[in-house]
Amino acid sequence: MAVIGEKIATRASYGNALCDLIKKRPDLAVFDADLAEATMTGIFKKQYPEHHFDCGIQEANMMAVAAGMAATGRLAFASTFAMFASGRAFEIVRNSICYPKLNVKIGATHAGISVGEDGASHQCCEDLALMRVLPNMTIINPADDTEARAAVLAMADFDGPTYLRFGRLAVPVFNDPDTYRFELGKGITLRDGRDAAIIATGLMVNEALQAAEILASAGVSARVINIHTIKPIDKDIIIAAAEECRAVVTVEEHSIIGGLGGAVAELLSETHPVKIHRIGVNDEFGHSGPAVQLLKEFGLSAEHIVNVVKKALG
Amino acid sequence: MDKKEITRLSLAAAHVRLGILEGVYNAQSGHPGGSLSAADTLTALYFGIMNIDPKKPADPARDRFVLSKGHAAPGLYSTLANRGYFPVDDLKTLRKSGSHLQGHPSLGKTPGVDMSTGSLGQGFSVACGMALSFKVGGTAQRVYTILGDGELAEGMVWEAALFAPHYKLDNLCAVVDNNGLQIDGNVADVMSPYPIGEKFAAFGWHVIDGVDAHDFTALTAAFGKAKETKGKPTVIVQKSTKGKGISFMENLAGWHGKAPNAEQYATAKAELTAVISSLEQGGAA
Repeated sequence: MAVIGEKIATRASYGNALCDLIKKRPDLAVFDADLAEATMTGIFKKQYPEHHFDCGIQEANMMAVAAGMAATGRLAFASTFAMFASGRAFEIVRNSICYPKLNVKIGATHAGISVGEDGASHQCCEDLALMRVLPNMTIINPADDTEARAAVLAMADFDGPTYLRFGRLAVPVFNDPDTYRFELGKGITLRDGRDAAIIATGLMVNEALQAAEILASAGVSARVINIHTIKPIDKDIIIAAAEECRAVVTVEEHSIIGGLGGAVAELLSETHPVKIHRIGVNDEFGHSGPAVQLLKEFGLSAEHIVNVVKKALG
Repeated sequence: MDKKEITRLSLAAAHVRLGILEGVYNAQSGHPGGSLSAADTLTALYFGIMNIDPKKPADPARDRFVLSKGHAAPGLYSTLANRGYFPVDDLKTLRKSGSHLQGHPSLGKTPGVDMSTGSLGQGFSVACGMALSFKVGGTAQRVYTILGDGELAEGMVWEAALFAPHYKLDNLCAVVDNNGLQIDGNVADVMSPYPIGEKFAAFGWHVIDGVDAHDFTALTAAFGKAKETKGKPTVIVQKSTKGKGISFMENLAGWHGKAPNAEQYATAKAELTAVISSLEQGGAA
């Protein structure tokens, strides 16, 4: 079991969680598209080769094959990079998974800018937007190893199409594996505060926590909310934040269009209109470089969150 | 195959064609040409080959069928209705708001439909997934799918064509409905898929080429051979006539996605009714 502070990539959490999952779901079938070593379903493949099906480099076929498996009642996980899962296979996900509402779990790894050196072709910052518009789709974006493992196990019990988003970069564990409970569609207030609400998702939750710490030392009280379920989003926790805090800031390793920031803006504009400050990738492509450096360059860091919060509070 | 059995299937197919006509005419849209070319194959499957029970459409042990060329939905719906999955009268609600008969097959809406299709290329892969599931589970169920010849231009079809032999899906039987026509004209002119059989053979399939899609003895024999073939999937490349059974629709690309007017409907209905009467009196089709 992971220790708090230990650095683990959530893609590794995914591979390990599948090994736990098969113990209670012997009908599990895991698909990959020649990326088992990278998506970490390779961990599962080594232990359960008869439950792992490599589709070669054919993401479109893989999604539809997984749909066919699910249509016969089996639990199917289909894994590839976020770019190919949500982009290349988009229409198969729409027409063969979401429309017939089949129980396919998409394990999408290497999401966001923190893919690093591979560059913009592989840095998918559009997947949340693409998946959000699909009826019947549930979207989970876990923040650390604890949450990622819990989410995989929890979503296996949920009947319906699900997009699970994982990162390549090893990130610190901050949720206590002994006490953490994953609840679908329920945001988590990790730290209370009244000046500003920092609503974050995925790998940015830890940056938001660090930002709140820095802000506290400057006398600013920041609430940190972890939105692990992008869809259906926790309306109550977001509306309450807008009502109770003086500034609302969203943070995600995704385009500011269509993801968490987009969802929060849509929700609050209808329920409790306030000014929203969206931190994310500003409608541009990424580039090659070390992941941690890129996150700083693109403003996906605690320091940048602090600056935005201070500016928002005036 | 004895004459009695041929007559039984021919009669069922004539009713299937009549249902296609009723559906498309009442909807004033839909795809009659490709539904009619596949009507005999659908009849052979649902009235003979497949292990199914219309009273138990969700039986986990049933064989599965995926209409990869989903636009032939009127053909599938009419086959299901005539086989007893739902009332034949429902066919007149095709494509109407509130009907369970969507423009393209929709899983969960229509009893007997095993998968939503319509976006070409995807159903073939879904059929592979079903066949893999039965392989893994060690059950004897078979999976059938029908693709259009124009559909073969979709790149995804060739992903599935690699996949099925790789996983030795000998419980999968695909049919390519080679009627030679697609929306924009002859498949040979639009984007030639030829030679079809050789391509699948090169991908590792057991190929049964040139089957007459309107000959029940040939169709039944081909499906039988497919079932006997172990270690690889089978593809039946059937030579069919687009619009088969309605004289003025035969071999015209223009009838791919067009509904008949009242006069054409009356002519077509008279033709099909005459075939049905003749068969009921024990005559040949």
